[in-house]
Amino acid sequence: MSTQTPSSGASAAAARETTEGTVYTVTGGDWDEIAQSAAKSDDERIIVNMGPQHPSTHGVLRLILEIDGETVTEARCGIGYLHTGIEKNLEFRTWTQGTTFVTRMDYLTPFFNETAYCLAVEKLLGIEDQIPDRASIIRVLLMELNRLSSHLVCIATGGMELGATTIMIYGFRDRELILDIYELITGLRMNHAYIRPGGLAQDLPPGAVDQIREFVKKMRKNLPEYDKLATGNPIFKARMQDVGYLDLAGCMALGATGPVLRSAGLPHDLRKAQPYCGYETYDFEIPTADTCDSYGRFLIRLEEMRQSLHIVEQCLDRLQPGPVMVADKKIAWPAQLALGPDGLGNSLDHIKKIMGTSMEALIHHFKLVTEGFRVPPGQTYAAVESPKGELGVHAVSDGGTRPYRVHFRDPSFTNLQAMAAMCEGGQVADVIVAVASIDPVMGGVDR
Amino acid sequence: MSDANGNGVNPEKDLGASNLPGQRGEGGEEIRVQRGMFGANNGGDTTGYGGLVRSVRLPGPATRPYGGWFDEVADELEGALEEQGLVPDNAIEKTIVDRDELTFHIEREYLVRVAQTLRDDPALRFELCTGVSGVHYLSDKGRELHAVYHLRSITHNRLIRLEVSAPDADPHVPSLVSVYPTNDWHERETYDFFGLIFDGHPALTRIMMPDDWQGHPQRKDYPLGGIPIEYKGAQIPAPDQRRSYS
Repeated sequence: MSTQTPSSGASAAAARETTEGTVYTVTGGDWDEIAQSAAKSDDERIIVNMGPQHPSTHGVLRLILEIDGETVTEARCGIGYLHTGIEKNLEFRTWTQGTTFVTRMDYLTPFFNETAYCLAVEKLLGIEDQIPDRASIIRVLLMELNRLSSHLVCIATGGMELGATTIMIYGFRDRELILDIYELITGLRMNHAYIRPGGLAQDLPPGAVDQIREFVKKMRKNLPEYDKLATGNPIFKARMQDVGYLDLAGCMALGATGPVLRSAGLPHDLRKAQPYCGYETYDFEIPTADTCDSYGRFLIRLEEMRQSLHIVEQCLDRLQPGPVMVADKKIAWPAQLALGPDGLGNSLDHIKKIMGTSMEALIHHFKLVTEGFRVPPGQTYAAVESPKGELGVHAVSDGGTRPYRVHFRDPSFTNLQAMAAMCEGGQVADVIVAVASIDPVMGGVDR
Repeated sequence: MSDANGNGVNPEKDLGASNLPGQRGEGGEEIRVQRGMFGANNGGDTTGYGGLVRSVRLPGPATRPYGGWFDEVADELEGALEEQGLVPDNAIEKTIVDRDELTFHIEREYLVRVAQTLRDDPALRFELCTGVSGVHYLSDKGRELHAVYHLRSITHNRLIRLEVSAPDADPHVPSLVSVYPTNDWHERETYDFFGLIFDGHPALTRIMMPDDWQGHPQRKDYPLGGIPIEYKGAQIPAPDQRRSYS
């Protein structure tokens, strides 16, 4: 490391003069010099640009921190680096093709995006009551597995940002088991497009139920490890307790939902308040905490994982053979997909039928696949409780085969606004903990 | 054979007949005009149905009773507005009940008062705003831009929708940040994508697009963009140039 003073211009941190003052580009190891040079100047105030490519910011999030010594006096977020125009793109595809787009929004909760979107489309079509039971149960099953995998990533990356790499390895180890189940059921580890308007793309493959039962057994054994590693760990507690504080009034004003809201003591969960997919028939609890801090959110996530395992077991017990798509042939995809050696595609039986025996079936298939179905004009709002909070879909139809407008109210986007309220007045090091406790996923924030 | 300008329309034929596909009641906003039976909007129509013209309308205003708790909320809101010396009919342009959802169309100058009332009145208590979603209705002349708010009451376990409209020529809507601070980013997003200006917002800047971006991408008159792709020797046009049906 260079020992010259920064003013000589030869330090490791490149400095340049701007109208805003001296701007340093900080890389590893030269923080001391920045602090020294800042101490020399009469202005104690430093503005730190953290990100958009920083390992602790959960993707391409830019944090703009104004710091005075070690205290954050002002914190702002810069977002939009991952904006991909999914909402606009949806307006140029059929309603069914929409699922392939929305699954990519919050890439850690693909099944929630798909379900929320499909619930909105089904509500516009007025076919909520016709969705087969089996399809709803599998949706719940996948959503709860997804809640587990999302919370595991949250706890794993959150732990890593505190320097607890063991918990990171544990979290990704267990998530891998869930991704294997996704792969078996949908053919893909993420971006599934498995839940479709009217039901599911295909039924569970043979062996799926057994593998999920095996997983539940294994996970019941693994979950207490997180307790042993972290829950009572004094370092972990010291870093998380009273950090990222946001009380109930703050949550309501800032629209924060999910674990952030429940850590303020309000047991609000859309699965109980406004049940969908038959959640009212499942037995589960809504964990809360009254500490309003990062540690409370961590405990809530752990307990939610236990509850999710409980729901997954109930789903498995309830599964009865039956259709997984609505009976209405004007909406239902003409054939179930089949998993071939080259991936997911049309089943060979169906291709034989439309190419060899039934011209009407071919016409029907062609029209439904290329044109799609028409959705009566109007608008609707469907919301599901994603691992991060209320995931809402505002869908507008103009009576055509494509959405007129679909807006996703992503919980990460809304909750991330609370970053300023949680961090200002605290320590720089606590910013990371507070942001990790919100669990923002930039794919969902920016869409 | 008829074409897009409506030649060949049989004047004797009742175009509003209810046996046409997807026909809705009159009274709602016209969202578009559908020509032909099959919705193809490029290429010649050789089906014989090319002359069919019908307007596609959104659900129209509802009349009392609205059903369920909708009447209670509407009564309470009207009562609370009257207490403040407002005429409810001036503030609430129309009320729509569709798909078990209650929508109040609010005149934009009353939006903040109505939202404040909905939040604070103990019988209403819509504490949580889930943000604003913009919709651009190109054919709804004079009311092209809509801002749609969903308000959730955790106390009463209810959800309602507020809708405000503004013309393209004067895209101003009052900001709700003073009532629901959560709308800060949501209004910036809607401004960014639709060009709706939320008066009174503390810092209305772009949030997703770069600061120097031209135009507002999710408006209907903003093209999707994209380039044609060659696949196995064939040219596949950009998504917004492909053959489409409506």
